[in-house]
Amino acid sequence: MATIAHETPRTATPVNYLNVEHGWKSWLFTTDHKRIAVLYLVSITIMFAVGGFAAVLFRINLLTPEGLFSPEMYNRLFSLHGIIMVFFFLVPSIPATLANFLIPIMVGAKDLAFPRINLLSWYLYVIGALFAMYCVFRGGVDTGWTFYAPYSSTYSNSYVVPAVAGVFVAGFSSILTGLNFIVTVHKMRAPGMTWSRLPLFVWSNYATGLIQVLGTPVLAISLTLIALERVAHVGIFDPNIGGDPILFQHLFWFYSHPAVYIMILPGMGVISEIVSCFSRKRVFGYNFVAFSSMAIAVLSFVVWGHHMFVTGQSVYTSVAFSILSFMVAVPSAIKVFNWTATMYKGSVSFDTPMLYAFGFIGLFTIGGLTGLFLACLALDVPVHGTYFIVAHFHYVMVGGMVMAYMGGLHFWWPKMTGRMYPQVWSQISAAIIFVGFNLTFFPQFILGYLGMPRRYHAYPPEFQMLNVLSTAGSSILAVGYVIPLIYFLWSLKNGPIAGKNPWGAAGLEWQIQSPPTTYNFDDTPVVNEEAYNYGPVEEVVG
Amino acid sequence: MAETVVPVTHEPTPEETHLRHHFATPEQQMDAATLGMWTFLITEVLFFGGMFAGYAVYRGMYPDAFASTSRYMNLVLGGTNTAVLICSSLTMALSVRAAQLSKRRDLILFLILTMIFGTIFLVIKGFEYHDKWVEQLVPGFNFRYDEAIQYAHNAQILFFLYFAMTGMHALHMVVGLGLLTFLLVQANRRVFHANYFAPVEMIGLYWHFVDIVWIFLFPLLYLIGQNR
Repeated sequence: MATIAHETPRTATPVNYLNVEHGWKSWLFTTDHKRIAVLYLVSITIMFAVGGFAAVLFRINLLTPEGLFSPEMYNRLFSLHGIIMVFFFLVPSIPATLANFLIPIMVGAKDLAFPRINLLSWYLYVIGALFAMYCVFRGGVDTGWTFYAPYSSTYSNSYVVPAVAGVFVAGFSSILTGLNFIVTVHKMRAPGMTWSRLPLFVWSNYATGLIQVLGTPVLAISLTLIALERVAHVGIFDPNIGGDPILFQHLFWFYSHPAVYIMILPGMGVISEIVSCFSRKRVFGYNFVAFSSMAIAVLSFVVWGHHMFVTGQSVYTSVAFSILSFMVAVPSAIKVFNWTATMYKGSVSFDTPMLYAFGFIGLFTIGGLTGLFLACLALDVPVHGTYFIVAHFHYVMVGGMVMAYMGGLHFWWPKMTGRMYPQVWSQISAAIIFVGFNLTFFPQFILGYLGMPRRYHAYPPEFQMLNVLSTAGSSILAVGYVIPLIYFLWSLKNGPIAGKNPWGAAGLEWQIQSPPTTYNFDDTPVVNEEAYNYGPVEEVVG
Repeated sequence: MAETVVPVTHEPTPEETHLRHHFATPEQQMDAATLGMWTFLITEVLFFGGMFAGYAVYRGMYPDAFASTSRYMNLVLGGTNTAVLICSSLTMALSVRAAQLSKRRDLILFLILTMIFGTIFLVIKGFEYHDKWVEQLVPGFNFRYDEAIQYAHNAQILFFLYFAMTGMHALHMVVGLGLLTFLLVQANRRVFHANYFAPVEMIGLYWHFVDIVWIFLFPLLYLIGQNR
C-alpha cells in the first residue's frame, strides 16, 4: 500500500485506451477488448441491479407467513431474479469483463484473436437483455430459471417465448466469448509465454471457455424446442403424444450443470491471483491448480443427473451420477488447500481484494461441502427442492463468484481506470457484504433442513423468525453492494492516481501503464520467467 | 480459364494478406481463424446434437411408430437433394482450391455453382414441405394420420423432429448462401489470391459441415423402416 502515489492528477495524463478517442461512436464501434470489457461492465451492472431489485422485493414478500404479493407475482419475481442473475450476470460476469480486459494482456497480446466477434458478443448480450426486459414489461415469466417442460411449453400463461429468446441470444454471446478465449490462449501467446507460465486466471478462463463452447449450444437447442412447442401447441416434450418431459431436464442440465462451473471457475482464477499477490508468494502447486480447472471442466459434463435424483431417473443412473458428483469435490478441494498453503508462511496483507478472497475461500468451502450433502442420494431426497438447495448454490454463486468478482474488480480497478478507490470504505463494504451475505443465506440452510420448500410465496408461521433474519440480511447485502458502486464512480474523477503497479504484483498486466494503451504493449513482450515470481520482490516491497 | 497463376516473387505485404494489427504474422492469423472456425463447428455439432439425442431417445421408445412414417417420405426428392448437396461440397472445395491458386474466374464460377446447388436444395425442400402440408403431416397445425391410427400420437414426435431438424438445417443453408454471396462480391473485387483466402476456406468449412448434417439427417428421417 505504501507504493500508491498521491500526486494530484489531471495535467498530462498519458494517452490510454480511455482517452484516445471520445464520443459514443468510439465506444459502440470499438474493437478494443478493454473498451468492450467496460461496455460489458456497465451492462451487467445494470442487469445485476434489476435482478437484485427483484430479490429484495420477494424477500420483502417473505417477511410474513402469508406473503404480501399474489402467488403469481411472487413466481414472476423469483423467475426474473433467477433468469437475470444466471444468464445476464453470473455467466458473463468475470469472463466478459475482467477476463476480456486481462486475458490478452496476460498472454502478451494486443487484443483477443477476434476483436470484431468480441464486439458482436456484446451486441448479442444487449439484444438478449432487451428480450428479457421486454418479457418483464409485458408481465414476466413464471417458470423459474429452469424452464421445465411441460409447464413452460404448455401450461404457463406467462411470456415464456421472449424470455427464452433472450436466453438463447445471450447464450450465443457467451459462446463467442468462450471461443475467443480458447483461440487467444492457443494462438496469441507472446514469445516465451508457455502453457506452464500462464497465469492461473488464464487457465481457469480457458477451462470456462471450453464449457461455454460445448455446453451452451445444447441449452440453445433445448430452449428452441420449448419455443417451437409453445408455437405449435405440440412437441417432443408433450406427454399427450408420448413425449417425455424428463428429456428436457436431461438436455437442460447437460448445459446448466456445466454452466454452474462457468459461474465459479473464473472466480477461482481471480482468487489464485489475489491470494498469490497479497501473500507475496507463488501459488502453491501451480500445476495442480491449473489442471484442477481442467478437471472441473471435464467432470462438469458428467454430473448433470444429480439434479434429477427425485424426478424419475433410474436409481442405477442416480448412483453413477452421485459417485461422479462426489469426484468434483477433489479438484475443488485441491484449489482450496493450495490457496491455504499459499498463504502459509506468506507475508499476508489485508487489502480489500484479499478480504474478498478470504470471504470466497470460507463461503465457497461451505457451499462446496453442502454440495456433498446433496450429491449423497439418501440425503438429497428430503432436502431436494428446499431452501437447503437455495442456500447451497447461493453460497457457491454469491459467496463464491460474486465475492471473487468484487475482489477482482477491486484488484484490477487501478489497472482498468488508473485510479485508486478509498481503502477504508472498500474494506468496510467488504465486511458489510460478508455479514449481509451470511445473515441472508445461513438461515436458509436451517429453513431447508427443517423442510421449507423453495419457490412458495407463503409458509407456516414457525418459519417466520428465520425468514425475517434472511430478509434483514438481504437489505444489509444490498447496502454492501451500493457502497462500492458509489466509491468506484467517485474514484473515476477523484481517486488518487494508481500508477503502474499499486500492489507490487507480478504478471504482465502490472508492467504496462495504467490505464493501458489501446494496443497494450509498445513492443511484443518476451516472457522469460514463471508466473507469480514473488521471491525477489518480497524484500523490496515488504 | 485464361488467367495464369501469378507466381509469388516477393514477400507479401500486410495489405495483401489483410494482416490485422494484433497478429504478428499471416500464419498466426490463419491458424487463429482455422482454430476459431473448428471450435465454432464443434458448437454446431452440439447444437444439432440436442435434436439427434431427442431422435435417438424417441426412436428407442417408439420404433414402430417411427418406421410407419417412412412411407410419407419422398425418397426420390430426398435422394436428389443428397446428390445435389454432395455436388455443392465438391464445387465448394474447388472454390477454395481456385482461391489458393489465385484463379479468380474459376473461383467465381465455382462459387456460383455452389450457390446454384444450394438453391436447388432449398427449392426441392420447399416442395417437400408443401407436400407434407397437403398430406396433413404438420404437427400442431395440420395433422391427420388415419392410415395407421394407432401411431397417430407418437408419429407426431417424428414429424415434429423432421420439421425441427430439416428446418434448422435449411436455416443454416440460407445463412450459407448469404455467406457465399459475400464471398462472390469479394471475389469479384479481386480480394482473394494465394496470399489471402482465409474467408473462402472458413466459409467452405461451414458449408461442408452443413452438408454433413444432411448426410446424417437423410438416412435417419427417410430411410428408417424402408425394409419393412
